[in-house]
Amino acid sequence: MFRHRLKALCALLVAGALSPNSFAADVNVAVAANFTAPLKAIAAEFEKDTGHRVIPAFGATGQLFAQINNGAPFEVFLSADDSTPAKLEQAGNSVPGSRFTYATGALVLWSAKPGYIDEQGAVLRQNGFKHLAMANPKAAPYGRAATQTLEKLGLSTRLKDKIVEGQSITQALQFVSTGNAELGFVALSQVYKDGKISSGSAWLVPDAYYQPIEQDALILSKGANNPAAKALTDYLKGPKAQAIIKSYGYKI
Amino acid sequence: MPLSNDDLSAIWLTLELASLTTVLLLLIGTPIAWWLARTDSWLKRPVGAVVALPLVLPPTVIGFYLLIALGPNGYIGQLTESLGWGILTFSFTGLVIGSVFYSLPFVVQPLQNAFESIGNAPLEAAATLRASKLDTFFSVVIPLARPGFITASILGFAHTVGEFGVVLMIGGNIPGKTQVVSVQIYNHVETLQYTQAHWLAGGMLLFSFVVLLALYSSRQAKQGWQS
Amino acid sequence: MNRPLPMDKPQDPASESIQAHFKLSHDSFTLDVDLQLPGKGVSGFFGHSGSGKTSCLRCFAGLEKPQEGYLKVNGEVWQDSQNGLFMPPHKRAIGYVFQEANLFPHLSVLGNLQYGLKRIPSTLRQVPLQQAVELLGIGHLLKRMPDKLSGGERQRVAIARALLCSPKLLLMDEPLAALDPKRKSEVLPYLEQLHGQLQIPVIYVSHSADEIGRLADHLVVLEDGRVQATGPLKQTLVRDDLPFIFEADAEAVVDGHVCDFDQHYRLLSIRLNGSDSVLKLPHSMLENGQPVRVKIKARDVSINLQKAHDSSILNLIPAQVVSIVSLDGQAQVLIHAAVGEEHIVARITRYSFDRLKLLPQQQVWLQIKSVSLLGTA
Repeated sequence: MFRHRLKALCALLVAGALSPNSFAADVNVAVAANFTAPLKAIAAEFEKDTGHRVIPAFGATGQLFAQINNGAPFEVFLSADDSTPAKLEQAGNSVPGSRFTYATGALVLWSAKPGYIDEQGAVLRQNGFKHLAMANPKAAPYGRAATQTLEKLGLSTRLKDKIVEGQSITQALQFVSTGNAELGFVALSQVYKDGKISSGSAWLVPDAYYQPIEQDALILSKGANNPAAKALTDYLKGPKAQAIIKSYGYKI
Repeated sequence: MPLSNDDLSAIWLTLELASLTTVLLLLIGTPIAWWLARTDSWLKRPVGAVVALPLVLPPTVIGFYLLIALGPNGYIGQLTESLGWGILTFSFTGLVIGSVFYSLPFVVQPLQNAFESIGNAPLEAAATLRASKLDTFFSVVIPLARPGFITASILGFAHTVGEFGVVLMIGGNIPGKTQVVSVQIYNHVETLQYTQAHWLAGGMLLFSFVVLLALYSSRQAKQGWQS
Repeated sequence: MNRPLPMDKPQDPASESIQAHFKLSHDSFTLDVDLQLPGKGVSGFFGHSGSGKTSCLRCFAGLEKPQEGYLKVNGEVWQDSQNGLFMPPHKRAIGYVFQEANLFPHLSVLGNLQYGLKRIPSTLRQVPLQQAVELLGIGHLLKRMPDKLSGGERQRVAIARALLCSPKLLLMDEPLAALDPKRKSEVLPYLEQLHGQLQIPVIYVSHSADEIGRLADHLVVLEDGRVQATGPLKQTLVRDDLPFIFEADAEAVVDGHVCDFDQHYRLLSIRLNGSDSVLKLPHSMLENGQPVRVKIKARDVSINLQKAHDSSILNLIPAQVVSIVSLDGQAQVLIHAAVGEEHIVARITRYSFDRLKLLPQQQVWLQIKSVSLLGTA
């Protein structure tokens, strides 16, 4: 009787050790703020499918970079640009060969007012506004893309005094959505929902006007031995994640 | 010199902003502090709490609400527009308004303490010596509260110099208009220009130290004639 | 309440007086006084702490605004609540001396003195700076800051500062109470000198019978916010219906003139006004004929039915019993006796009183153990 019970217990323990959960691990991920919503959606699917757990920290790319360089315990980094991950790679702070582009951002000229922006963005050439918001071009890729767009349109000098900069693309959106700036360059992902612009009016800036806003990810040195880190980066490349990313207004 | 023209203009702008804000704060804060120090009204506590709000609120909260209030859909924005002043966000004037609100407790509280510590006795003495209330305020209260005015000015100035969140939220990072030192430091850190960030941040550190040193020295000097 | 019409002419004797009515209540305390004070000389407000004397003084100054109030000083109405008149303190021609000198700490002595002076139109200035400085003996202090003054010096500066406002009414709130005995004796002579030289009415608040006895001409006794007694000092201080006489040390103040000085025994003789009775006391020499005021404590006076001989007691004078205050439950009885124009009180045990069978009008001998000289009147 007793022996029988012991056997059953042993069987249970063995079974438990072999289940998928037994390999489940936590992965600390540093995520650029603009990717907050898609990552949460992806993480939910990822956890369901693999049993691993994602512990995300959201922040501005520059800040996250400084934290990584100063010993923050991140294992995977999803940047808002491609240059910051490149720097980490050069510095030997990452697992070689792990860098890839997980999403490509799209720039949009947006206003909170419906009908304010036409489909060609001609509003930029009319002097009907006081403030044009964008992200700080030195700090944020979307800001850089906005500057390139204005150059391409030949409007840089003319609009110089109307530009107000947010420290991040989030802040640029805030300026526009509160009406303090009539219009601004923001990320499509910020104003896009269920396959269309969710409110206001917008002009989707053609790809040719700016360098692609490639958002790169990589596995950091601290995540080299964490199977969950590899699993997450692989998952991001997979069709399920790609579909989610697309639905949030990114190009793949 | 590793500092760029933008850095120098940010330093100049910061000093301008802090000076103007301090002057305005003394003008606005003195009557508020006097009322708070003397009143028995039930409004004393609510008003005191409103004045102290910036002490506990994150600056981004204040900045966010200012952004809304000063904007074209906000009450203040509609008022300034109807007065023909336009919308004050992304302007120096807007920063001054934000700074005044943000640094208000740093001026009102030292003044209130100074006024309260004067007590009734000197005011009554002045009244029996033919001084009207206003006369008493200028000839007795202000001289007696001088240490409080010094503390209030130093704290108001220093706190405005150190302000970041509010400026970030309503400034728009416009060089020469709203790009102050603290924002410029943030820009440098964000763009990995650590050398310039160090120069500005180190300067800020030194400035704050000197200010606090001056403050503590003035407090000691004040004990000279308070027997 | 009998209030004279505000139309009183200046010549009217009533205009040479101070009329006051204050009714003030806050929390558990009520002040309700109705006073008629002489328009010159010192009125001493006497009472224990909590009796309302300071509140009353503050009403005179306008520092306290009573629910009901009327104040008229030598013909000028300063306050009349029935007609909605209330002059704020800075419009009243007062001088106020606080218990704690209350000098401005940020001004020098000179700055303090000039503070009130500067605020009076020069045509209305009656006391020149120099005179006030000399009167209070503070010439050597002018450049000092208040925190470098002793308590007595501070109080003298405060008095000079109040005088320089050319007040029509000088209010003094226990100006000596915060001083130790040595400092008190430093300031008192200046107050006595003021008493002699000032033509303006003074209200002097104190809980010290000694100060009141030395300085006041008129006495107001306050108890629980009400006037217990008011009248010329000498009559009032021995009035027998005053409970304070039992509580405090009852005493009489009598006036007289120096009539002799015994070099050998160093004894000064004083003839009491209106009688042939002479009191002797050890003292330094004073000029014959100089008016003096002496204080006699009731407990230092005993009563004999016959003139005692062979006693060590120096002063033995005939008197007539005027009244007897005998309260139930009190072990002692207060006898009020007249010597010429002056009144003296004696405190004896109830046992002795019953044994002597004292009655009003009875002729007795007062045996006085100790007499002390107050200031020269």
